[in-house]
Amino acid sequence: MAEQAARRGGAGPGPRESTAFLRDPRIRAIIYQVLVLGGVILLAVYLVSNTMTNLEQRSIRTGFGFLQSEAGFYIGETTLVNYAASDSYGRAFLVGISNTLRVALIGIVLATILGTIAGVARLSSNWLIAKLASIYVEVMRNVPLLLQLFFWYGLISAALPASRDAVAILPGTYLSRSGLQYPAPIAHWIHPWMLLSILVALGACYAYYRWAKQKQAQTGVEPRLFLPFVGFLLGFPVIVWLIGGAPMAVDMPELGAFRLVGGAAMSPEFLALLLGLTFYTAGFIAEIVRAGILAVPWGQTEAASSLGLKRSFVLRLVLLPQALRIIIPPTTSQFLNLTKNSSLAVAIGYPDLVSVGNTTLNQTGQAIECISIMMACYLFFSLSISFFMNWYNKNIALVER
Amino acid sequence: MSFVANDYKPEQPPPRKESGALGWARANLFNSWFNTALTLLALYFLIETVPPLIRWLFIDAVWGLVGPDVCREADGACWSFIRLKYRQILFGTYPFDQQWRPLIAMILIVSVALLSCIRRFWQPWMVGVWIATLFIYITLLGGGVFGLRPVRTELWGGLPLTLMLAFVGIAVAFPISVLLALGRRSDMPIIKAICVGYIELIRGVPLITLLFMASFMLPLFMPSGVSIDAVLRAQVAIIVFVSSYLAEVIRGGLQALPKGQYEAAHTLGLSYWQMQRKIILPQALTISIPPIVNTYLGLFKDTSLVAIISLTDLLLATRQSFADPEWRRFFVEAYIFVALIYWVFCYYMSKYSQYLERVLNTGHKR
Repeated sequence: MAEQAARRGGAGPGPRESTAFLRDPRIRAIIYQVLVLGGVILLAVYLVSNTMTNLEQRSIRTGFGFLQSEAGFYIGETTLVNYAASDSYGRAFLVGISNTLRVALIGIVLATILGTIAGVARLSSNWLIAKLASIYVEVMRNVPLLLQLFFWYGLISAALPASRDAVAILPGTYLSRSGLQYPAPIAHWIHPWMLLSILVALGACYAYYRWAKQKQAQTGVEPRLFLPFVGFLLGFPVIVWLIGGAPMAVDMPELGAFRLVGGAAMSPEFLALLLGLTFYTAGFIAEIVRAGILAVPWGQTEAASSLGLKRSFVLRLVLLPQALRIIIPPTTSQFLNLTKNSSLAVAIGYPDLVSVGNTTLNQTGQAIECISIMMACYLFFSLSISFFMNWYNKNIALVER
Repeated sequence: MSFVANDYKPEQPPPRKESGALGWARANLFNSWFNTALTLLALYFLIETVPPLIRWLFIDAVWGLVGPDVCREADGACWSFIRLKYRQILFGTYPFDQQWRPLIAMILIVSVALLSCIRRFWQPWMVGVWIATLFIYITLLGGGVFGLRPVRTELWGGLPLTLMLAFVGIAVAFPISVLLALGRRSDMPIIKAICVGYIELIRGVPLITLLFMASFMLPLFMPSGVSIDAVLRAQVAIIVFVSSYLAEVIRGGLQALPKGQYEAAHTLGLSYWQMQRKIILPQALTISIPPIVNTYLGLFKDTSLVAIISLTDLLLATRQSFADPEWRRFFVEAYIFVALIYWVFCYYMSKYSQYLERVLNTGHKR
């Protein structure tokens, strides 16, 4: 017995020493890993050397120096970052990133709202509503997003009236072939401060929440949360607005001689992309919400009711915390999908990261650099969301016996 | 003393009717004031949208084989456009007189796929059948042998191209993804690191950047003088993309297996590969089949992205079909037609995967 064990350990005596050496799992593991690593490195060296030769033959310069040179192309949407054609490629990329984030953030908010409504509606006891919701979900999930984007873009640019005959969908809000035009407050120095006050309000909410939890732990009485939260979030900006002299000026879109003038606008490309991403992702979120609610066993509802909890307490204290634990992880991966899918903007001409990168690539021929920048940006988004997810999962993981 | 009732008690009203159309409506549509309001709202929405839609789709639509002038006069959809252009939509730029070849190829591959849905055919020899099918498929499209006229890949298009990208993609990616999944669960740190890095890198970027990479950077990677054609480049990008997603799906299957299965296999003295081949993979892959079908469904939709790098797949072929200014306004009909094709494929695949989940959900539950 002992001898056998020793031989397996690689220290066995006699003529079978070399075989035994190779049969040691630890030695084998090292050999395998060295072989695989060597293979990967060889492949990399081969590809890099090929690339270098090819680049030399086509006399393409490598490096990121081109980011400083003048871009020379026009970008239609520069809402968040100022940009002119005489700016550098680097700045153009910045505009692309900001446009990607803009459509992704608004899309995430809208898709979450619509998806939650559709998911709950699919479980409704109302037959008609449940059926309508399932038709919506089945259509959206089973038609490619790119087709949906083309469809929306086609509808907006062909079926809607020209700018001078724009349809008013709400007072002061017009929909036309050149997008959506809506009233916007005229810029005032107090606006940035109002944004800042919302951040302060969020901090105040958190502090109040901590205090409320402490108080509940000490006295058993749970202080109200909802009203103070709404008070903070609405009150702080309103106070700042009043301090700033309550500027009321609003820029209304009006019919000019040939087209609508004034107000703020969403371009048709942005609108099509936003509609497509929202409707498509909402279909997936609806299924996640439905599955999450169904996954909480019925016994939980019964047990909570038998404790004498009110219906609203059953929902808020027992069902939702359990359902959210199931719903949130796949929903964040849908958010990530939405962000990645916003790259389809390149097909309908919304200047997002990929679209700008593609133009730059075609103008400069710096394929490797441009594609690396795009990939690095998306990787950064993905990795930050997954870090957040891991942190979150660790926080809410069930503490088991 | 006695208590005897001298007269009958008044009759109670019957319980509320719960059967029949009225009872059903009361139970399912009007059971509370909130539901009643919702039902009325939904009914209003349906009355506003459905009759005009049906009039546009069917009643006022142009069904005959007529030109764009007649369609422009009509109030409804122009199905004449689809009847005139359906071959361009389905087959793209494939030579007109040779289109029977992709047609046979598609019928073949769809029938083999349908056969594979039957569990009796989940046998090892099915792998051979699939390899042969894909081989015949590509031969039929490409020609050059058995007296078939060679057709360059630039001319391949429409639904046959979409199906090829999806089927070849998943078939080639499958063995790669099994290795990646095993590597990710391996004890060897370097192999694990390589697999995790590959999977997370690919899953973190959108498919379109991989397609750009394949079409701009792959030619640079090759030794000078070697050129790869555009279809193959897109196919490589799709394989790379889908193999990382499949690897995660298979890893899920591997993780779902109880530890006892590994321990039992070790106890029998099986080597690593014997254990994987005889004990672990057969079970893990069976559990993973429903999510694999879902991955395939996603891939089938994602193949439409090759339209962005100018491959004439089903979507780009559709866009080309109304490139003619006379027909441009009938893009809605064309999109509805292809959406229906995609929808039929995807809907039945998702139903099949849900069915499998129910059927296969037997083993390892405690």
